Parts: sequence; C-alpha cells; structure tokens
Amino acid sequence: MPLIALEDVRKRFGDNEVLKGVTLRVDPGEVIAIIGKSGSGKSTLLRCINGLEQIDGGAIMVADAQLGDDELRLRALRLKVGMIFQQFNLFPHLTVGRNVMLSPMVAKRVPERDAADMARAMLTRVGLAHKFDAWPDELSGGQQQRVAIARALAMQPLALLCDEITSALDPELVNEVLAVVRELAADGMTLLMVTHEMRFAREVCDRVVFMHQGRVHEIGPPDELFTAPATPELRQFLGMTDLAADR
Amino acid sequence: MAYQYDFASVFEYTPVLLKGIGVTIKLIAFGAVAGVAIGIACAWVRTQGPTWLRAPVSAYVELIRNTPFLIQLFFVFFGLPSLGIQLGEMQAACLAMALNLGAYSTEIIRAGIDATPRGQYEAGASLALSRIQVFRHIVLMPALMRIWPALSSQIVIVMLGSAVCSQIAAEDLTFAANFIQSRNFRAFEVYLVTTGIYLALAVLLRQILRMTGRRLFRKAAR
Amino acid sequence: MIEFSTWDIVRNLLLAARWTIILSLAAFAGGALMGVLALMMRTSRVAAMRRISWAYIELFQGTPLLMQLFLAFFGLSLIGVEVPPWLAAGAALTLWSGAFLAEIWRGCVEAIPKGQWEASASLALGYVQQMRYVVLPQALRIAVAPTVGFAVQIVKSTALTSIIGFTELSKAATVITNATFSPFTVYACAALIYFALCWPLSRLSLRLERKLHAPHRP
Repeated sequence: MPLIALEDVRKRFGDNEVLKGVTLRVDPGEVIAIIGKSGSGKSTLLRCINGLEQIDGGAIMVADAQLGDDELRLRALRLKVGMIFQQFNLFPHLTVGRNVMLSPMVAKRVPERDAADMARAMLTRVGLAHKFDAWPDELSGGQQQRVAIARALAMQPLALLCDEITSALDPELVNEVLAVVRELAADGMTLLMVTHEMRFAREVCDRVVFMHQGRVHEIGPPDELFTAPATPELRQFLGMTDLAADR
Repeated sequence: MAYQYDFASVFEYTPVLLKGIGVTIKLIAFGAVAGVAIGIACAWVRTQGPTWLRAPVSAYVELIRNTPFLIQLFFVFFGLPSLGIQLGEMQAACLAMALNLGAYSTEIIRAGIDATPRGQYEAGASLALSRIQVFRHIVLMPALMRIWPALSSQIVIVMLGSAVCSQIAAEDLTFAANFIQSRNFRAFEVYLVTTGIYLALAVLLRQILRMTGRRLFRKAAR
Repeated sequence: MIEFSTWDIVRNLLLAARWTIILSLAAFAGGALMGVLALMMRTSRVAAMRRISWAYIELFQGTPLLMQLFLAFFGLSLIGVEVPPWLAAGAALTLWSGAFLAEIWRGCVEAIPKGQWEASASLALGYVQQMRYVVLPQALRIAVAPTVGFAVQIVKSTALTSIIGFTELSKAATVITNATFSPFTVYACAALIYFALCWPLSRLSLRLERKLHAPHRP
C-alpha cells in the first residue's frame, strides 16, 4: 500500500506546463531522491505533494486520503507530511526551542510541558539539545537546517519532503545535515529528497527519480541509474556531475 | 519698555499643570494601546482578511488620514449626539485619538506585514498552521519589530496632537495652560513652560517606546 | 429662527476653504525656503550650524503645533508686538513645516549611496558642486513623493489656526454650527471638503512613489 501516490499529475504556471503527467508511488519507509536539471519540475512536484502548489490535473493521495484544495484538508495533510526548505525558514522571533514547539502547541493543542519535552527530544535527535534557548540568528546554516528538521519531526509526520536542503549551505556544513538525514532514513522515515548530492543519493536512497522536462524520465535503484543510465538525457545530466568521474 | 518676565506666577499653578499632565498621559496611554490594537486588526483585514471588510476599512483609513484631527474630534464630540451617541469630553477625546492613531497605524503595520518573507508563510503552512495561526504566531511579531520606529514616531505625533483635545474642554495640559494664563495674564510664560513640558513628555515617550520595543521583541519567545 | 439649507452650509464652508488653500500654499512656500535653509545648515561642515539647525528641528518637531501657534499669537502680542491671526498662523506654520521638510529632504540626501559622493569627489568636485550636479538631482527624485505627502499634513494643520482666530474652513465650521445647531451636518461637510483637498494629494504622492521607485523609508 503506497504511502504517497501520484497519478498523472499536471501543473502549469501561466502558459508554462511544468509537470506534464507525473506518476509515482512511494512505499512507507522508502527513501527517494529526485534529481534533474533546474526547471525540470522537481521542486514543484514536491510542493504539490504537501499542497503548497495546487495541481491542475491528475490526483495525489497521501495515506489513503486524496489531496483536496480546501484549507481543512490541506492542514490535515500537513500533519502527516512535513517539509524542510532550502532557506530553512526558521522563525526569527522565537528561540530554537520555541520554533520546534510552536506547531505542536498551536496546531495539535499539545500542552506546553509536553511540547517542550518533545522539542528537547527532537533537538537531541539532531544533536542540538544544548541550543534549546538560542536564537536562530546565533546558529550556523547547518545548525539552522537541523533545527528545521527537528521542527518538522516534532509533528510526528509519516513522511518528510526535503527541498534541496543542503543547497544553501557552505560545503563544510553539508555533512552534518546529511548525517541527520541518514539516521532518519535508517530509522525508517519515508523521505522524498530533491537533491544535487549524488553521492548521498547513491548511498542512502532506495530509488532515484530522474525528472526531465516535467516528466519522470527514468526511475530505479541508484546503482542501476548511476552506473547504467538508460537514456541520453540522464547520461548527459550525470556527465555534468563528478559522479561519472569517480567510477 | 522691556517686557517683564514672570515665570514664578506660572509655577504657582503647578498642581494645575500636574493635573493637566496626568490627563494628557491618560489620553495617550489609552490612545496608543487602543490605536495600535485597531491598527493590527485593520492591517490584518487589509492583508489577509475577508474581502467584504476591506472596503470599509480602506474607507476608514483614508477618511482619517485625509481630514484634520480637530474636525474628527469635533465630529465625535459635537456631531455624534445627533445620532443619539452622547459622549463625555474624556470619552470623546480618547475615542478620537484611538481612531486617529488606528488609521495611521494600519498603514504602518501593513507595510511591516507586506515585508514578511514568503518562506515564513510556507514554513508555517507546512507545519499545518491555519492562516490566522500563521498571522498570530509567525507574521505579527516580526512585522511589529520591523516597523516599531515608524510606529513609535506616529505615537509621539499623536501625543503632541492631543493638545487639541483642550478644545472640547478635556482637561489636558493645554487646557491647564489656557486656564492659568486666563488667571495670571502671563500668556507667553505659561505657553513657554507648557511647550517645554510637552517637549519633555515627547522625549520621555520616545524613550519608553524604545525600551518597550527592546523588551517586547527580544522576549517574544515569552 | 432662521432655517439654513445644506447648500447654505456648504456654500459658506467652501468660501472659507479658499483661505485654507491660501494659507496652505503660503506655508508650503515659506516652509520650503525654511527647509532648504535648515537642510543646508544641518549638513554643513560647521558644527555650530549643525547644532543650531538640529535644535530648531527638534524643537518644532517635538512640540505641539498648537503651542507654537499660541506662542506666536498670544505670546508675541504680550511683548507689545501686534500680531494679526493670519500673520501668526503663517509664521508658525512656516517654521513648523520647515522643520519637517528639512528632515524629509535630509533623509533623501542621506539615501544617496556613499559611492556617489566618493565618485564625484574623486572627479575633483567640491561640496557645493557635488550637491548641485550629483547628489541633489538624485535626491530630488526621491524627495518628490514624501514632499507631496507632507503637503497633505500642511493642509490638515491649517485647521488648528482656527483656534487662534484665523478664519479658515474649521473656524467657519464652528461658527456655522453655532448658528445652525447642526454639528453633524456641518462637521461632516467640512470633513468632506478637507478630504476633497487632501485625498488627491495623497493619491498623487502614492503614484509618484511607485513611479519614481522611491524606497519607502522604514
């Protein structure tokens, strides 16, 4: 029973059709990497899954519930699917702890004490328990992103959508974030990651989705895709990265 | 013949001055709190609120911002009784001040809200918060932080404008000054002293607002 | 008991509104001159000039306009200077608006990036030439919108001159109210006339701000 199912999803911005019929099924516990050139629709796809973008055609089902476009259903969906952003988007006027506690308290009506305990637990999981009372602007990029992960985890989601979460980080900070993601994957979290980190994708993901011009162009286990790309587009795309170089 | 200054006769009336200062402080305290509250509510309507409310709010804001406070005050005090609403001087003055500051605050706060980065909305939405919850917990505080200097300036301006409330016999500092000079005939000295007091009040108010800003915004984590 | 029609009321208010317009124009003209002077002094290299200008601006921005009008009118007349209401009103409004305009324009001048000063200095231009050929033309562009916006404040501020006896729109409104006992109608009409004067200026200021891409001052 797939956790997330996309059936012929279409999305256009004005005249530009960004998603031209995407079909994809994600099982619970799967870790999926979505790769492709910019403009191929990767981020848009992710944003459609948690309703930040409205689709123009097709259907999306998450945990057996079809995506609607009314507020109530969207909110119910977002309790099950969390998102981590490229720009972290931490709330600058709240401490780290409060950032993580906010939504459980407000959206799920968790009492403050329990929310604080949960927040500490999540922050421990990402290695930042000692920063509970710090302010976001006192943290490095890698730490902020880890707080963002803890914040999403505090909602106890069934799946996490990661939209290029290391692209805005200085190189030396990328690994600390990827380490956390690696652990989440090992713990059985369902992950959909738009990423440029090919090495990471190869090591951690169950399947890789290569998007090209709004469609799923190739899909399969990383070993297959990276060693024997079937289509010229994927070959060209990989030729642009240095994965080809260290084979 | 040189004019003989006589400031002592002004300070004979110090209790009157103090009472006037007290009333002025009451006026601005109410006006500021109520005005900012109105401003937040109206700014919310203009940015995220129901569309049917937007026209009335815009009308209110534009009307207040394009008419003199004196006329607004007279309308509230002298005009409303024709509709059956009879207000005392203090009530009318407080209401007029709140409505006046409310309209200016609306625009100032709206600018702060408009400057919210889109990512904040998206993060809030993806954490399953409703639009009102996003506004209340994520957007509002940083918006107020952003525009606090401009809002503070406006509050000081309204405090200085409260001098006009003496015209409907609200017993503020200006009223006290008028009273004193009608007794000791020392208009120049009285008004000079009163102007000095207003200047001091303005400086004090600015300080209070600055400190309030600092405490409110760093402690926003409650 | 004489019956007054609404048209009687409006007609008399409109007649008085002429004086509102005249006073506003005079205050704006005088205030602009005062403002330029204060701006020059405020940005001068001579510390004493800067301090005097600073004190003037702080004084007129930090005290009620009503007090300034009272001092001009009642205060001066006690020192033996006979001051008719229109003169006190004009003088006080000129000084008041000069202070605000100086600050608005100073903000516009300071919004010009330092690089412009440095570039023009390295082209061997003196201070006055820098202002005249490089800084002021750019600052002027940014200044138009907030200056028009302040013109609205000037029109509204003329209402206070009624308190010292200058017969403009607000004074007429008070007088007519006392004669007709219809404060609701009279003050509503007065408000609408002020609105008719101010709103076009407000909209113009908004349009200018958008057109000239002026950064909104925080």
